[in-house]
Amino acid sequence: MINLSKHIIFFCVAVLFTQFNLTGGELQVGKSFQYKSVASAISASVNGDTIIINGGFYKEANLVIREKIILIGKNNPIIDGESRYNILSIFSDSVTVEGITFQNAGISFIEDNAAIKLDSVKHCIIRNNTFINNFFGVYLAEASYCTITGNSISAQSKKETQSGNGIHLWYCKNILIENNSIEGHRDGIYFEFVESSIIKHNFSFENLRYGLHFMFSDSCTYSENRFEDNGAGVAVMFTHRITMVNNEFIHNWGSASFGILLKEITDSKIENNYFYKNTSGIYLEGCNRIIIANNDFIENGWALRLMANSMDNIFRENNFIGNSFDIATNNTKNYNLFEYNYWSEYSGYDINKDGIGDIPYRPVKLFSLIVERNKPTLLLLRSFFAEILNYAERVFPALTPKKLVDNSPAMQRLQ
Amino acid sequence: MRTLSKIIKYQLNDVFRSKWVVVYTAFFFLISYGLLTFSHDSSKVLVSLLNVIIIVIPLISIVFGTIFLYNNKNAITFLLSQPVERKLLYIGLYLGLIIPLTLSFIIGTIIPVIIFFKVFNENFTTFLLLIGAGIFLTMIFGGIAFLISTYNEDRLRGLGISIFTWLLLSALYDGIVLLLLQVFQEYPLEKVSIALSILNPVDLARIIVILKFDVSALMGYTGAVFQNFFSGGLGFIIASSALLIWIILPLFMGMRKFIKKDF
Repeated sequence: MINLSKHIIFFCVAVLFTQFNLTGGELQVGKSFQYKSVASAISASVNGDTIIINGGFYKEANLVIREKIILIGKNNPIIDGESRYNILSIFSDSVTVEGITFQNAGISFIEDNAAIKLDSVKHCIIRNNTFINNFFGVYLAEASYCTITGNSISAQSKKETQSGNGIHLWYCKNILIENNSIEGHRDGIYFEFVESSIIKHNFSFENLRYGLHFMFSDSCTYSENRFEDNGAGVAVMFTHRITMVNNEFIHNWGSASFGILLKEITDSKIENNYFYKNTSGIYLEGCNRIIIANNDFIENGWALRLMANSMDNIFRENNFIGNSFDIATNNTKNYNLFEYNYWSEYSGYDINKDGIGDIPYRPVKLFSLIVERNKPTLLLLRSFFAEILNYAERVFPALTPKKLVDNSPAMQRLQ
Repeated sequence: MRTLSKIIKYQLNDVFRSKWVVVYTAFFFLISYGLLTFSHDSSKVLVSLLNVIIIVIPLISIVFGTIFLYNNKNAITFLLSQPVERKLLYIGLYLGLIIPLTLSFIIGTIIPVIIFFKVFNENFTTFLLLIGAGIFLTMIFGGIAFLISTYNEDRLRGLGISIFTWLLLSALYDGIVLLLLQVFQEYPLEKVSIALSILNPVDLARIIVILKFDVSALMGYTGAVFQNFFSGGLGFIIASSALLIWIILPLFMGMRKFIKKDF
C-alpha cells in the first residue's frame, strides 16, 4: 500500500515536473536579479525557458542561443556590441526575441556582424525590437518560417562600403517581414535566394542604396510597403513570379534613382502601386510577361523606361499624370501591350461618350527619344522648340516606335 | 523727373483708354483660372503657366511694343517740338508700355491664385519665380521692340523683324542648340550649354524655373552641373546680370539712336 502511494506520488511529481518543463522556467536578468548578465542567463537556460532582461545597459556581445528559449526585454534593456562585435546569434529553432534594444554591432569587412543573426533555424520570431547603428540589423541565413515584425531599425551610415543591410535574408523560405521601419542602412531589406516570403507594411526610407534589394527570390510577395528617399529606390532582379501590390514609391530622386528597377523579371504582377516623384517610376530591362495594372505614376521624371529586351508585358488601366516623360524606350518596335491607361497629356476626344478616347495615344515623344540618346539635350525640356518637335512627330510619326501606342486611352483618371 | 512722370502719366492714360490692356489681363486671368479649375495640382498648373509665359509674353511684348512706338509717332514728333529731353521721353514711353503690360500680367495671373490659394501652399516660391520670369521677359522684349522700331522707319519691316526676333529667341535658337549638342555629343558640353542658355533670355528664364521643379536630378550629370551653377552665388549673380544686361543693352542702344534720330 505504502509502495503504491509512493508510486502515485512519484508519478504526480513526474507529471508536475514535465508540466513545469513545458511552460519553462523564468530567468530574470538585471542588476538586482539572479543573473547579472545576459550571457550567464542564456548558458543557464534549457529548452522552453523564458529569459526576462530587465531595463539597463548590457555591454555584451557574441551571445549565442542554442536552446528553444524566449528572450523578452522589460523596461527597454539595451545590449551594446561596442562597435566591434556580433551581438546575438541564434542556432536553435523556435526562439523568440522581443522588446530589446540592440546597438552598435561592429563594422567588419571579414564577418557579417549583425545585431541578431539567425542561422539555419525555423519558427523564430523577432518582434518589437529596436536596432540602432548596427552593421547588419537582422541577418537570416538558411532560415525558414520565421517572423520579423514591428521592429524599428536605424543606422547613420555614410558610405555604402561601410554599412550593412537592415534586414538581410540569404537562402530563406517562408519568412514574414511585417510592420518594420528601416532607415539609414545600405539596403533596407535585402533578399537573395529567398522563396515564398512576404514583405508587408514596412517603411523603408533614406537608405544609402536600395529600400528593397531583391535577387533570385521567386514567388515572393510584397505589399503595402512604403519606400521613400532611398539612394536608388527599389531593385528587383533575376526573379520569377513576384507580386507587388499596394506599395508606395516616393521621392526616390537622384541621377541614378528608380522607383523600381526591374531586371530579368518574368511572370509577375505589379498592381495598385503609387509612384510619386521618382526619377524613373519603373525601369524595365529584360522583363517578360509582367502585368502592370492600376498603378498611379505621378510627377515622375520618367514614368516608365522600357528597354528593348522587354517583351509581352501588359500595361493596363494605369494613371500617368504630370510626368516629365511618360515613356522612354531605346526600341524602334514594340512587343508590349498598352491599353485603357489614363494619360494626362492625352488631347484626343470621345464622341460616343464611352469614356475611351477615339484616337490612339502615343506616349513616346520624339524629344524623349532624343534625350534618351543624348542626355545634355534635356536642357531644352519644356521649350517651345521641343513642343514643336513633339507635335510634328505626333502628326507624322517617323522616329518614335509606331506600334507603341495605347489604342484605348481613358478620358478620365481611373480610380 | 516731373517731365518723366508727366510723360508716363500721359502714356498710361492713353494705354488704359484702349481695350488691349483689358484683353491682355483677361487672357492671363482665363488661362490661370482655367488651369486651376481643371487641375488642383499646383506643379501641373505651374508647368502649363510656364509654357504660356515663355511663349506668349515675349510675343505680345515685342509685337505690341513695336506697334506702340509707330502708333505714337505723331505724339512723339509733337512732344519733341517742346522742350523735352529725348532721353526722358524715350524712358517715359518705355515705362508707359512696360507698366501696364506687367500689371495686367501680374493681376491676371495672381487673382485666380489668390482664389485657389490652398493649391499653391508648397509651390508658392516657384510661383513667385515664375512671375519674376514673366516680368523680366516683358521688360526685355519691350526694350527689344523699342530698339527695332527706332531703327526701322517702315512699319511693316519693323513688325516683320520683331516677329522674326521672337521666333529666333523662342524656337530657332533652341533648334540650333539642339543641333550643336547632337553634332558635338562626343564632347563634354556642360559649360558650353550653360553659356548658350545664358545668351538667350527665354532659355535662361525657362531653365531657372524648371530647375525649381527638381528637373536637375532628371538630367544626371548635366543637371548636377546646372544645379550647382545656378544655385551657387556666382551663378545667381551671372544669371541675374545676364537678365539685366538683356534689359539694359537694347534699351540703351535704342535710346542712343532715338536721341540722334531725325524725325
